[in-house]
Amino acid sequence: MTILRRLRRQIAIFFAVIGPGFITAMVDNDAGGIYTYSQAGARWGYLPLWTLLPIMLVLVVTQEMGARMSAVTGKGLSDLIREEFGFRTTFFVMLALLGVNLANVMANFAGIATSLELFGVPRWVSVPLGAAAVWLLVVKGTYRVVEKIFLLACGFYVAYVAAGILARPDWAEAAFSSVRPRLILDDAYVAMLIGMVGTSVAPWMQFYLQAAVVEKGIDEKQYRESRVEVVVGCVVMTLIAFFIVVACAGAYRHHPRDISSAAEAALALRPFGRWASLLFSAGLFNASLFAACILPLSTAYSVCEGLGFESGVNKRFAEAPVFYWLYTSLIVAGAAVVLIPSFPLVRLILVSQILNGCLLPVILIFMLLLANRRDLLGQWTNSRLYNAVAWTAAAVMISLSLSLAGLSVV
Amino acid sequence: MPVIDLERLLYLTELRGLPVISPHGERIGRVVEAALAPTEHTRRVARYLVGGRGRTRFSIRHDQVRSISIAGILLADELLVPYHHDESLLLLCKDLLDQQIIDANGRKVVRVTDMTLSIEKAGEREELWALEVDVGVRGAFRRLFEGVAPPPLIRRFQEPIKPNSIPWEYCNLIEPDPLRRLKLRISYDRLNQIHPADLADIVEDLPPAEREALIESLDEEVAAETLTEVEPKIQLDILESLDADKAADILEEMAPDEAADALGEMAEEASQEILDDMERAPAAEIGELLEYEKDTAGGMMNPRGFVALHQNATVRDAIEALRGNEELLESLNTLFLVDEENRLAKAVPLARLFVAPDAAPLAGLALAELLWVPVDADGDRVIELFDKYNVLTLAVVDEEEKLAGVITADDVISVLRGR
Repeated sequence: MTILRRLRRQIAIFFAVIGPGFITAMVDNDAGGIYTYSQAGARWGYLPLWTLLPIMLVLVVTQEMGARMSAVTGKGLSDLIREEFGFRTTFFVMLALLGVNLANVMANFAGIATSLELFGVPRWVSVPLGAAAVWLLVVKGTYRVVEKIFLLACGFYVAYVAAGILARPDWAEAAFSSVRPRLILDDAYVAMLIGMVGTSVAPWMQFYLQAAVVEKGIDEKQYRESRVEVVVGCVVMTLIAFFIVVACAGAYRHHPRDISSAAEAALALRPFGRWASLLFSAGLFNASLFAACILPLSTAYSVCEGLGFESGVNKRFAEAPVFYWLYTSLIVAGAAVVLIPSFPLVRLILVSQILNGCLLPVILIFMLLLANRRDLLGQWTNSRLYNAVAWTAAAVMISLSLSLAGLSVV
Repeated sequence: MPVIDLERLLYLTELRGLPVISPHGERIGRVVEAALAPTEHTRRVARYLVGGRGRTRFSIRHDQVRSISIAGILLADELLVPYHHDESLLLLCKDLLDQQIIDANGRKVVRVTDMTLSIEKAGEREELWALEVDVGVRGAFRRLFEGVAPPPLIRRFQEPIKPNSIPWEYCNLIEPDPLRRLKLRISYDRLNQIHPADLADIVEDLPPAEREALIESLDEEVAAETLTEVEPKIQLDILESLDADKAADILEEMAPDEAADALGEMAEEASQEILDDMERAPAAEIGELLEYEKDTAGGMMNPRGFVALHQNATVRDAIEALRGNEELLESLNTLFLVDEENRLAKAVPLARLFVAPDAAPLAGLALAELLWVPVDADGDRVIELFDKYNVLTLAVVDEEEKLAGVITADDVISVLRGR
């Protein structure tokens, strides 16, 4: 009886913490991420694969730090920034986050449009329907249900694994490239590397992860299980990225070239059978819809928390009007832009990534400062070694993100 | 509402940065922080911290100030002492601005954006008193332009924005450190008046350390009722983080079935430690309940929340018995009749007592059909009975058919909501 109870408790703890880390890592492969990885594979084959391991490390370090901070303090990132850096700083960070995330929402609705067009669904049908579904899911559902649906959406990423296998890539070459760094002094190649790394850590992820950890009520005692979850999530995300690159490398092996959208990569997989192409576009649709769900929610939540408005899906409209207005406007604006005829969707995805790159340094520095505050985290502050890794990772991320932004502007 | 003279008000955002002038008209520096000393006075600003050139910060006592206006603070003497941090001072910028507080009036957790102080006459001198805490857009507007635009201009442009503030006496600071709480004289007297269901919502809105602080400083009875209303996951977290004897004190005040549910979720050692710290009677009762599986009638029932009489008792006897059980009256709706062996015999709806003469035997008022469940009955079966027969209270009997406890409709609602 006692042993049974203890075992049940252990399992319960693990299932109690699963969600935030995993979902955050997976949504990282959103429309923008998938485009970047597809383009890298289509143009450069297996060469870019070596960047994935460092990417995983950076991701683990930043995500772990965020999850730890929230588990210990019980506060989200915007709360912490507000309490420790004051109102004005928070206001401008939130303003920037709002703008950047709006671009991201647009990019993901663009992903929904292009992926469903491959199935013959015109965008004036898919986008409004997608927007309505996203809105209803969160407004009418409880967070517990929503999170389960999100976890289910994580499962659909397996489509990329299947697409990768169907593209019959050269596995030996892929494995070898994954651990062999190759630097070619070519503008396009360098830009691609920067893009790969730059897209891997986005500002909104930090806010979402921390808010989700708080919402879930994960505390110091459950933190060990939570850390495992975060790391597993990052590993799986990297694996998915691997298969996207491999699928495109396989598809374009004979005539590598630049592509202008992830949908184009899906078309290139046609010779490998209908399934390869279908799975690839289904994966894109899933990822875009998934991110389109999470981004407006996370943005409205972070902004309201930071500026002191009532927030949360368990509140009624009258209790949290600012939250719901923000949430609704983000979805409506994000979807409407995509419906404008001849709107440059690819350019939009690129712009969203540039903006992410510009805001990320600010967020990373705030996080590192907070994670070293003994009065906040007590024994849970970063260790010296961890700090060394984290600051290096941040410095690399910051310089890469800024150069990505710079390159794209030129 | 009294008309408040705007000239006699000063916002904390204006106080911060206000020039401090010596009796000779010399500018000494600017205010960087203001502090209340709650042990001396709950409203008056007791210290002003002034930053001059260089890094030293000076402390000015309230009785060294001659006058205060939006133009500056004029001092009465020049005795400046270097500032040393003191735990018993409540620093308005550091401890209050941007932090969460509990609004006892609005019954919710809010974040402070600014503070309104009033300039009060104290004989020849002037003092600043805490008046309100701003939590709305108006305060946010001032924060945004603080130090950028001159205060009179900010005052003019904020006019159209609707004010949103909480009177100082309704503000409850949340301080997780119990020692500092004592030094700052933080008490939650006002919160004890709030309905426990509202308090539970407040508790759920707070981060873990603040939750414990709040539960710890409430009256045990209020804390128990609040904890009952809090969602199970948070309830567990709070109980696990409290000292065992504090948790025991609170659980003693809870209904035994609720206390058993809470303890049942905890690790064996932790719940045992709490049980050991409890009074013997409630501990035994809860220990017995813990033996039942959670999703059975035994796990759902309250072993105390009923009144049972001998089957030959009269209405007069019943009224006597009720007089001895006042604390049950709020939710009692059924009386139970038992035989000499305490075996369940009949159930009497309470309202029937009012229309019967004093000498009438209770047995004559009983329901035609007696509904009950055994302690090991499945939870679903219990819910089914409630739904089918529209009962409000259901008797639970043990293996010897003795009355072991009752399940009330609110127990069923909790179970259903938990699913």
